Amino acid sequence: MAISSSTYFAAFLFLCFMAVVFLFSIRDVSITMGKQSPVEYFLSLFWIPVLFMVPLLTMRSLADELRRGTLGSLMTTAVSAWQIVLSKFMASYIFYCLLWVLTLGFVAITCWYIPHASGKDLFEVSQLITGYGFVFLTGAMYVAVGIFASSLTRTTLVAGMLSFGMLFFLITGAQIAENLPMSDSTISYVVSRLSECLHTFRQLEDFNNSLIDSRSLFFYISTTIALLAFTSLITESKNR
Amino acid sequence: MNPEQEVSNSVIVRRLTKEYGSVKAIDNVSFRIGKGEIVGFLGPNGAGKSTTMKIISGLMPATSGNVEIWGINVATNPDKAKLHIGFMPENNPLPEDLRVDEYLKFRAQIKGIPRKEVANAVEEVMEICQLNRKAYRKIIGNLSKGFRQRVGIADAILAHPDVIIMDEPTIGLDPHQILAIRDLINSLRGKMSVIISSHILPEIELVCDRVIIINQGAIVASGTPDSLRKEFISNDRYVVSLRMDGQEFTKQLKCIYSEGVVEKTKDVGNGFFEHTIVAPVNSNLGALLISEFSKDSSNVLREVSYKKPTLEEIFISATRRSWEQVLQVQQKAEK
Repeated sequence: MAISSSTYFAAFLFLCFMAVVFLFSIRDVSITMGKQSPVEYFLSLFWIPVLFMVPLLTMRSLADELRRGTLGSLMTTAVSAWQIVLSKFMASYIFYCLLWVLTLGFVAITCWYIPHASGKDLFEVSQLITGYGFVFLTGAMYVAVGIFASSLTRTTLVAGMLSFGMLFFLITGAQIAENLPMSDSTISYVVSRLSECLHTFRQLEDFNNSLIDSRSLFFYISTTIALLAFTSLITESKNR
Repeated sequence: MNPEQEVSNSVIVRRLTKEYGSVKAIDNVSFRIGKGEIVGFLGPNGAGKSTTMKIISGLMPATSGNVEIWGINVATNPDKAKLHIGFMPENNPLPEDLRVDEYLKFRAQIKGIPRKEVANAVEEVMEICQLNRKAYRKIIGNLSKGFRQRVGIADAILAHPDVIIMDEPTIGLDPHQILAIRDLINSLRGKMSVIISSHILPEIELVCDRVIIINQGAIVASGTPDSLRKEFISNDRYVVSLRMDGQEFTKQLKCIYSEGVVEKTKDVGNGFFEHTIVAPVNSNLGALLISEFSKDSSNVLREVSYKKPTLEEIFISATRRSWEQVLQVQQKAEK
């Protein structure tokens, strides 16, 4: 991943897109006279780059190795499928986090040009920490989804599309389910309870308000581990 | 088997069976490979060669039976056993984006070579595989097939394993590259046990100390090429080149040696013909043919040669025999 030029190109596009979003968030704050903080506005659109960046970062990871047969040669050494999957995950996740950390540069630049921007009015440190914490936490699960999708097929394009589809469903599924008209009150209750737990944007809102719900933490961490475990099982079985 | 004999074998395969549902890919396969021995693993497509190799290298579990690499059971202790194995899979898959030295350094690290020794180990194998001059900083994707095979072999021998398994190492190479790879494998003789699977049978005969032929998941022949010749070849063949047509030659051969049969006659031009004679094993016809056909100078005897049975003929004979046995069993079952 680190040596592929497409990774750097994707990273460049990501940073360009996020710079534009950040610019709009600053402009929005100046127009609405600070009803919403720029960080809140900026992070509310986090899912757009996620839908494109995560598939791009992860689609080659296992699918390409399976297609070339290099996964088989890796398994001839004393390396387990779990180690391979975990290292693939860590490589993609670290890169994903690094990209988001680089977007903090926009905040730094803003503070440098507008000295009062570092004050409570524009950027709150606690909001930055919890907002970015949410991005890193959800990112672990999204990258795990990408790695999982990559283990299901030998075609990188199919892996990318699978990953995109799964991520789209994960991010927007709860919101869509919430708005579905349902006549059965029991089903409606179950769906509303489920969507409450899985509602990404509501969780982001909580994190932006420095509210950390342990249920969200548990959900993202446990799903990440479960997905990685499934991926290593699939990887092992595909080499047999 | 006494303990001393056990130690002299680096690979022991006992009653190995692999089933896919009701289909047996390999059935009760057993063999041993001595230290420093180079063994050729032959068989038609789908015979079970790759399955056996994958089980030996710990990539695939067997349904029953076991494999020991230097006394370590591969099924119960795969990680430890893998430290003794260098495996070059079929088609030699390599990462296209990495440079040769980067790839070998990475492989050295995951093979457990201490960090301080990685550079030396990589340098050593690159020298052995002659990668150090032209190819060491090249991107693998830009390498020729021959150099890619060398990278694969360099990887296989990197951590000084006791057993090297190579699946079709010379496939798709030109004669020069085959010669280079053959020399490379020859240089490993006595240092490491090598198992080579190949379809290029003359190649196997030139390189290997011993040959194992597998068909339909079972070993149908095992031994040195000479011992297999004795076991599977029932006829000797001689080639006689002289100025005499097929009809006349058959007539004269009947008078000289009645058991000999002319298998084929080839017109090689200028009135010369090349006759292939099939005779019973150990008939030692050479001297007789020379003395009889050189009596008449008008025959202009040019050549009398003994045609050594090739490994290809042994292979065909051994696999045919196993097919016949299978058919017999099937016919008996039907009755």
